[in-house]
Amino acid sequence: MAAAANQHQSPEPPPLLLLHRFPSFSLPFLPFLQTKYTVLDPHADPPHPSFPNLSKSARVMLCFGPKPVTSEDLDRYPSVEYVVGTSAGINNFDLAAFRRRGIRVTSAGDAFSDDVADYALGLAIDVLRRVSAADRFVRAGSWPVQNEYTLGSKVSGKRVGIVGLGSIGSRVAKRFEAFGCSIAYNSRKQKPHVLYPYYANVKDLASNVDVLIVCCALTNETQRIINKDVMTALGKTGVIVNVGRGALIDEKELVELLVRGEIGGAGLDVFENEPHVPQPLLTLDNVVLSPHKAVLTPDSFAAIEELVCSNLEAFFSNQPLRAEVAHD
Amino acid sequence: MENVGVLMTCSMSTYLEQELEKRFKLFRLWESSSKAQFLAGFGESIRAVVGDTKVGADAELINSLPRLEIVSSYSVGLDKIDLNKCRERGIRVTNTPDVLTDDVADVAIGLALATLRKICLADGFVRSGQWRNGDFELANKFSGKSIGIVGLGRIGTAIAKRAQAFGCSISYHSRSKKQNTNYKYYPNAVDLAANCEVLVVACALTNETRHIVNQEVIDALGPKGVLINIGRGPLIDEPKLISALSEGRLAGAGLDVFENEPDINESFFRLQNVVLLPHVGTDTVETSKAMADLVVANLELHFLKKPLLTPVV
Repeated sequence: MAAAANQHQSPEPPPLLLLHRFPSFSLPFLPFLQTKYTVLDPHADPPHPSFPNLSKSARVMLCFGPKPVTSEDLDRYPSVEYVVGTSAGINNFDLAAFRRRGIRVTSAGDAFSDDVADYALGLAIDVLRRVSAADRFVRAGSWPVQNEYTLGSKVSGKRVGIVGLGSIGSRVAKRFEAFGCSIAYNSRKQKPHVLYPYYANVKDLASNVDVLIVCCALTNETQRIINKDVMTALGKTGVIVNVGRGALIDEKELVELLVRGEIGGAGLDVFENEPHVPQPLLTLDNVVLSPHKAVLTPDSFAAIEELVCSNLEAFFSNQPLRAEVAHD
Repeated sequence: MENVGVLMTCSMSTYLEQELEKRFKLFRLWESSSKAQFLAGFGESIRAVVGDTKVGADAELINSLPRLEIVSSYSVGLDKIDLNKCRERGIRVTNTPDVLTDDVADVAIGLALATLRKICLADGFVRSGQWRNGDFELANKFSGKSIGIVGLGRIGTAIAKRAQAFGCSISYHSRSKKQNTNYKYYPNAVDLAANCEVLVVACALTNETRHIVNQEVIDALGPKGVLINIGRGPLIDEPKLISALSEGRLAGAGLDVFENEPDINESFFRLQNVVLLPHVGTDTVETSKAMADLVVANLELHFLKKPLLTPVV
């Protein structure tokens, strides 16, 4: 906000912006925000002297990382009208509490979607064609000794099932189509203008595909949407890729099925209890493990910075917000 | 046809071996302790050779097989076959195009993603327990990158089609400009490299294309550039590539082929910005079978005096 032109009035201080994060998660564009807003960081070192007072007047809360925003948090910060999310997923927000208080919320929208979709394809191709395993094989000096490497499975022409045909899922579909793959999907509701076959039931989808890509939102309804039945339906040669949230899959079952060879392979960027990864997975060659990094590119970071800065300006000048989450 | 002598040059495929055994009198070159002795003893019996990317049919071998009529290669690449010698002697040559196009294109994209997005490195990071100590570093976006393809043949075209679905722009260099495409053409590899971010080598290895990716091309691709090779190792000046990767003059490389397989240059093992595959471009259950079936079909058709499916000579 511009300072008042009249030199007898003190200029308005920049609007308050309350940060909400676990200490180990830092915001790359924080310095920039500090030039435009009075940033209240609960983990500032040394602590901001007026934090306890000022935080009660903050109208905007900027969240970074997986720290939940609960009803109690909203009680502590009673002036918050707008919560800015910086992830594609907003499962850590108590949306019911937001709705009750009429608090607006925005997410990352499409900012990360290309990178996450690319990553889903990268993981799928890696599992099917054994890219990471083969790279390890070569680096171990095994090629001259063993001469041949285990055959992989053809990617082109596979039947791909997408769980969650949203911003990320639709991009995954488009990419796989260029590989001659057929696409089918499951979503909360069938999409009216989408021609891919729809399965209302994830188990039915799994029965009819070779590769299952999980990229739906984590909600109360989708916890463990990929359960033992679904994975068994996918079958011995089936491959599962998860770029959504760890809790979408029954991880304990997944591990058992992989160890017993009852599912073909898995590419996982997310886990139930990050950064913990189940021990048995660490020695399997038919899994590709990734430390929740599908959005870790300078492009995604630049996109989220642009979106957040633009939304903050819009909020404080009463303009429409982008990537606003509807309270449905 | 059980009396027709067929020589397999190396153990390229158990399935292919079995199928050849069923139909012909199969000789396995790799099982004899002395190649010279074997050829002296059995050379006259051989009417067909089945070779691959490792051991083909060079002049020496062809000369020792006076009754050789056909070379059926378990590959699409012909660099291990002395084509001139075959033409001289009236020997037919077949390869396995089309059936492997998709697999190789898939690996090219897989390598580009693995290299740019640091997928293999990240997998290692997790397996070694480092995630407990902090997050992984940033990687590079693939979508929207400009892709330059050296060799816009069947495989190059299939790579382009896939890359376009990621919003990538496509340009290429080939022996000659292709009429039926809108991709931007560059008359030489240096200009192509100067104008793209990911350079994919997908052309055949011939006398003309050896080291087509040389120091100049590597320099033109630049410190942010990524090089992908699914063609043949000798298409790239490998020592120059290794220096560029070690010194940060090239950002990364994804390689399925090398100058000296399988004993590749050990310097590669010290590099974190390269993905190394053991020449697996066509190594899927589905495609290996399709390639083997095509080799067998060509041989059968030849000995039945019918038109060949995929003749080169």
